[in-house]
Amino acid sequence: MAKRTLVETVINNEPVELLCEPRQSLLEVLRDELHMTGTKEGCLTGDCGACTILVDGRPVCSCLMLGVEAQGHKLETIEGLATGAELHPLQRKFLEHASLQCGICTPGFLMSAKALLDKIPRPTEAEVRYHLAGNLCRCTGYDKIVRAVLDAARESG
Amino acid sequence: MHEIHYEAPTSLEQAVGILAKHGDSARPICGGTDLLIQMRAGVRRPHYVVDVKHIAALTGIAFDPKSGLRLGAAAPCIEIFENATLRRHYPGLVEAAHLIGSLQIQSRASVGGNLCNGSPAADTTPALIALGAVARLVGPKGERQVKVEEFVVSPGRTVIQPGELLVELLIPPPPPHSADAYIRFIPRNEMDIAVVGIGAAITLEGDRCTAARIGMGAVAPTPLFAAKASQALVGKKFDAVAIENAAQLAIEQASPIDDMRGTAEFRRHLVGVLTRRTLERAAERARRN
Ligand SMILES: Cc1cc2nc3c(=O)[nH]c(=O)nc-3n(C[C@@H](O)[C@@H](O)[C@H](O)COP(=O)(O)OP(=O)(O)OC[C@H]3O[C@@H](n4cnc5c(N)ncnc54)[C@H](O)[C@@H]3O)c2cc1C
Ligand code: FES
Ligand code: FES
Repeated sequence: MAKRTLVETVINNEPVELLCEPRQSLLEVLRDELHMTGTKEGCLTGDCGACTILVDGRPVCSCLMLGVEAQGHKLETIEGLATGAELHPLQRKFLEHASLQCGICTPGFLMSAKALLDKIPRPTEAEVRYHLAGNLCRCTGYDKIVRAVLDAARESG
Repeated sequence: MHEIHYEAPTSLEQAVGILAKHGDSARPICGGTDLLIQMRAGVRRPHYVVDVKHIAALTGIAFDPKSGLRLGAAAPCIEIFENATLRRHYPGLVEAAHLIGSLQIQSRASVGGNLCNGSPAADTTPALIALGAVARLVGPKGERQVKVEEFVVSPGRTVIQPGELLVELLIPPPPPHSADAYIRFIPRNEMDIAVVGIGAAITLEGDRCTAARIGMGAVAPTPLFAAKASQALVGKKFDAVAIENAAQLAIEQASPIDDMRGTAEFRRHLVGVLTRRTLERAAERARRN
């Protein structure tokens, strides 16, 4: 097996030191090394957004980053969205609006939506749709997702 | 994915040293949005992956009204379209950078990587050609500069030699009364590869065109500078006749293929439509400058 490399990063505000192989994607590192399986794997080609996490506040596809590239960066994943038992407003609104069915796309949508609301607290519908364009959902038809994000913005803004 | 060694040099000298030592078995990585997919598919199998994002010259974006723009090869698209100075002076390049993939992709993908990947359909390349951009390369034998329209030699192949690194793109300052624009055609609103993409930069003195450059993507094996179409505009009154003439010359230069995105005939038609529209958009902006 290849030499494992030490990576120092911050995940959901906690400093984390981990060992991984340079060939492993950040998605593999999160799921297989850290057992943080909230981040999902869909296409592995940057098309579906199921693997979306935030790196230094920006949405990225964790399937298109090497784990070793996380060195020195701040990561946010779906596991950090709720505060203890209390859901994030986006999570609550996704439940209220029935914005998920199978749920595989949901963590990615929530992280993209969080990046949007961190930047634009009261987005227009067009802005919501634009910021979620890199996330695919085969179940819901998107409308309920868009409504949940707008509602979460209304409530917190 | 196969096993790799990962290096993250912090200086150009170190990076060139590593690339030169390992030759064909090393590849730079910027955003990785092409490279990691190609490695996963087994299309490219470098043993050494050299992360160039820790080198200041490759990540910087510096504009000077006299000397123009130095755009670091690894600067991600998001830093281009969030930069107010670039939005003001190079709106065509900004619109091309903003078209690449989704926001997730734009957070990582770079203009340098878009060019080095060598795709004939890369969106930012025609925009760079329109602006007269020059690529600055550094390698074991020193430094050289290559015009962007001469950078890609065949699909997926560029002038880059083993050991060489694209450091930055040098873009002249926009002259007074000039502007650029980029428009592509895709069959849907987001997330697709250009069927045709046209970039244009023009300078207007009153109703006369005093400089023009048109870049074309996805119409030939490599991105093209539409030299005849561009020259035909210069010194003439900028009107519907001149635009139509340029569009016809652009169509003549295009040598597109039939593929799943469109037929050659459809692509030639698009070259005409998009050349007209891109010139008109650039002119509208130029009149305000
Ligand atoms: C979902 C998705 C959608 C996309 N949509 C579009 C689109 O609409 N339009 C479009 O044009 N592209 C699109 N792309 C491709 C686009 O993201 C890439 O072309 C990107 O711009 C490449 O930049 P990068 O920084 O990610 O390059 P990388 O993947 O890091 O590198 C690309 C290539 O260039 C080489 N290289 C990188 N940097 C250097 C350097 N400094 N010197 C020498 N060689 C170097 C690498 O070794 C590699 O071979 C899409 C990609 C994905 C995954
Ligand atoms: S798994 Fe990463 S974008 Fe689909
Ligand atoms: S809920 Fe099933 S893919 Fe979105």
